[in-house]
Amino acid sequence: MRVPLQWLREYVDPPLDTHAVADRLTMTGTKVEAIHHHGVSALDHFVVGRVLEADQHPNADRLRVCLVDIGGGAPQQIVCGAPNVVAGQTVAVAKPGAVMPDGTRLGKAKLRGIESHGMILAEDEVAIGTEHAGIMVLDHDGLVPGTPLERVLPIATDVLELEITPNRPDCLAVYGVAREAHAATGAPLAPPPWREDPGAPGELTAATVDVQSPDLCPRFTARAFEDVKIGPSPLWLKARLTASGQRPISNVVDITNYVMLLTGQPLHAFDLDRVEGATLTVRRARDGEQIETLDGQMRTLDSDMVLIEDASGPTSIAGVMGGARSEVGDGTTRVLMEAANWIGANIHRTSLKLGLRSEASTRFEKQLQPEQAMEAQAVATRLMLDLTGARLVPGTIDIGGDGPPPRTIALRDARVTGLLGVEVPRERSAEILGALEFKTAWAHDGLEVTVPPFRRDDVTREADLIEEVARINGLDKLPSTLPSRHGAHAQLTPRQKMRRHAADALTAQGLDEIVGWSLGGPGLADRLRLDPDHPLRRALELANPLSGDLSVLRTTLLGSLLDTARHNRARGAGTIRLFEAGAVYLPDGDGQLPREPYHVGAVVIGPARRATWRDGHPPAVDFFAVKGVLAGLLEALRVPWTLVPAGAPFLHPGRAANILADGEAAGWIGEIHPLVAAEWDLDETVAAFELNLDAVAVRPTTLYRPVSGFPDVREDLAVVVSEKVSAAELVDAVRGPGRPLLVDVEVFDVYRDPERLGEGNVSMALRLTFRATDRTLTDEEVAERRRAIAAAIERELGGRIRAA
Amino acid sequence: MFIGLGFNVADGPEVETVYYNFDALNFDSTHPSRLMSDTFYIDPTPDIFDPQARLLRVHTSPVQIRAMEQHPPPLYIVIPGRTYRPDNDATHTPQFHQVEGLAVDTDITLGDLQGTLLAFARAIFGEGRQVRLRPHFFPFTEPSVEVDVSCFNCRQGYMPDGSRCPVCRGESWIEILGAGMVDPNVFESVRDHGYDPERIQGFAFGMGIERIAMLKHDVPDLRLLYDNDVRFLEQFG
Repeated sequence: MRVPLQWLREYVDPPLDTHAVADRLTMTGTKVEAIHHHGVSALDHFVVGRVLEADQHPNADRLRVCLVDIGGGAPQQIVCGAPNVVAGQTVAVAKPGAVMPDGTRLGKAKLRGIESHGMILAEDEVAIGTEHAGIMVLDHDGLVPGTPLERVLPIATDVLELEITPNRPDCLAVYGVAREAHAATGAPLAPPPWREDPGAPGELTAATVDVQSPDLCPRFTARAFEDVKIGPSPLWLKARLTASGQRPISNVVDITNYVMLLTGQPLHAFDLDRVEGATLTVRRARDGEQIETLDGQMRTLDSDMVLIEDASGPTSIAGVMGGARSEVGDGTTRVLMEAANWIGANIHRTSLKLGLRSEASTRFEKQLQPEQAMEAQAVATRLMLDLTGARLVPGTIDIGGDGPPPRTIALRDARVTGLLGVEVPRERSAEILGALEFKTAWAHDGLEVTVPPFRRDDVTREADLIEEVARINGLDKLPSTLPSRHGAHAQLTPRQKMRRHAADALTAQGLDEIVGWSLGGPGLADRLRLDPDHPLRRALELANPLSGDLSVLRTTLLGSLLDTARHNRARGAGTIRLFEAGAVYLPDGDGQLPREPYHVGAVVIGPARRATWRDGHPPAVDFFAVKGVLAGLLEALRVPWTLVPAGAPFLHPGRAANILADGEAAGWIGEIHPLVAAEWDLDETVAAFELNLDAVAVRPTTLYRPVSGFPDVREDLAVVVSEKVSAAELVDAVRGPGRPLLVDVEVFDVYRDPERLGEGNVSMALRLTFRATDRTLTDEEVAERRRAIAAAIERELGGRIRAA
Repeated sequence: MFIGLGFNVADGPEVETVYYNFDALNFDSTHPSRLMSDTFYIDPTPDIFDPQARLLRVHTSPVQIRAMEQHPPPLYIVIPGRTYRPDNDATHTPQFHQVEGLAVDTDITLGDLQGTLLAFARAIFGEGRQVRLRPHFFPFTEPSVEVDVSCFNCRQGYMPDGSRCPVCRGESWIEILGAGMVDPNVFESVRDHGYDPERIQGFAFGMGIERIAMLKHDVPDLRLLYDNDVRFLEQFG
């Protein structure tokens, strides 16, 4: 909302400069987002002039050479292009040095060979209006040439651009902002412009109005005017509209806009002669009913929308947009001025459904108050009489009347102090509320406060009053304290600690954490080669995505990891080690909220380790490299885990596994299928995993186990098994028979040789560690375990121990 | 930092209902944030005013309601998380992060809010920072304030060479977050869980994590945070 300061100062004029006024408004809740300068600058170069002579330019048909008295010294020669300039006129003159609204500085000029010492001004040249056909002719009698122009015309004002919060529709009005400025600065507030109403209540016979939907139209008022002369508005009014960002059109239309800017209440001027039957009906539309709006479009309405019709049908959509048929035009002589009140939520819905917004609808939807309608009528009546030569037809249509009686709310001193943490004396609260036009009466524990109509919907509770007191009293008076806490304390939950621990474990392994998009494109599932019925294809989609590539909620972290890998590879990164931790979104029944398990995913590409001078060409990552990353993560979390061979459409066959944590399925690991990697322009091995961290149980507190003082016995064992047997299966088979002495087993070598081992067989080397906490193991004890292990391998896996 | 001040960490779903994201937080039915232009809705969305309609949360505030439903007062929580709005430019990405704070007890004051945020501002932007509360409006707080921190980059808006400070644009204050005292209507939504607005009161605040990070680390464009360029990431790893 743009408020010209010159206009504001008509109602409240604190002895402060523009910036100080802006600061006070901002610090009391009416935020000034910007201060604009509207109009011209270097004001002493703008003066009143009198045209002494106006002769034809010798070299240009359209130009005149004028001699203009601008006060003091000799008259100046000014070349003027306006057709309406004649000798004897009082005009507005810009002298060389004047700064025009667009910032250019006027200099002396030669126009077709004739020197011009300035410019005779048209209204658009000083940003008063849009008229450029001729110069402004000032009709002020007795104006002395040389008088500073700013005393005569509003050629410059600062304009405050305000952010009006949605709870304060009363401030969408110059007078409303003046009220705030009054409370904020203490400067006196002029009486409201509607205090003296030239009109009066009583029956209006010139027109009839029937409100059939009073539930959606709390108040409808109208007045009639005859002998209206449509014409341009006076310059002062044009200047205020223009500075407020509105285009002047004609006096009647300008009056409706001016009154709206001043009071907040939109008005509509009907040409009464074009209102069929001189009758207006306010009713709900019929479902499917159509109406053509001012913008020439056909609109289809429904029965929750309100329209206004005359004897020959609908003329406007109530509170949103008028129709062309009864619009005021150049030939209008009789005007029906309407100011009505509508239900904000209903206007909002209508404007939303029709995709139709107007200055009126954006105000009505914030819920104006019924009192504003008559306030606006009073101001509009005064202006219609003064500016259009109109005669007021006696009487006023007023259906619905004022709003509900004012509410009275208790404001307890103790509650003020309790909520703010600082005491505000009761006298001060009363003073502040009084300045905001609340009525106050003393009670034993505070104030009884009566809310003015224009704050009816915003201030309904004690907390709302406390806000009023706090903001005007000044939030800078608050103490800075900390909550007293009453013994509460805080710590991370074990689950939260686990998540942080997981991120730390991956960072410690040199992975960079990324933040990917939770949203992806619909093509992701195809690029991951997911089968038509693959569960990861079931995803939530947005009804209103910004773009196609951010339209589907992710079901895997792999997409954003590969996107990031490609982005970095395209920028020349050789080693890419990334992880992301966050939710995926898995649909859980129609209309239900999805499950959002917390996943951790990683992608590694490039050399498996950093090159050194002894190891200049480390091998590229593979399954085992990323398995090492996963191991580092899960062992940091102290989660028992295994991998079982498995596949996924996006993983390389034979280089893929499922992750079991505590025996529960918790994710996948493997090399990305080359065709999938190629979709992301990655032509080398990409190894990755994705772990559902929510499937991993938080580990209980570790209990101490005695550390053995006796030595380990380590033995290596080469085992020949079918290549179908995985290392994990082999290790599992060994653990049971190894108990209780076997404390660790790992596969440290794999060897294939069809000639020596047989086709389809593989040799795996196991390192076994035996230990007891209470004695040194004997050879015989260890041999016994080894025999049991060999037997189990033969029995369960069909394998055999290979001779050394 | 907030754990040190006694705030537990809470989280909640990113796909939310209209009820938790708007209704329970005292958003008027005409509040513009509800529009399709301001909130991502899940397909199909027959009616954006249906309390059960699903959306991507536009703020972490729904977790306030969920946390109060689960824990009686006193409640001291911070809520970090992903949030979503349909904006995309140098200072807005469709996905961003917020951290929200909520303190509910019998005697929480607006002064406590100011003190808590002062401690936060000093922890993030350095000792000697001041905070300034400006009255504002949010549906879920009353009184509501916007909070500025004194600029850490300049003196009174100007650099030593006399040029205008690029961080605060010569204002000498930087807006960092919105806050206020929890609106009684929000407590009404969870009254049955022990939150009687006559007996308890609290403050809430919420801020964009990216904005704070950009200010603190002098990152010029929000979108850099989502490019995930390793040369960017390594600077902070």
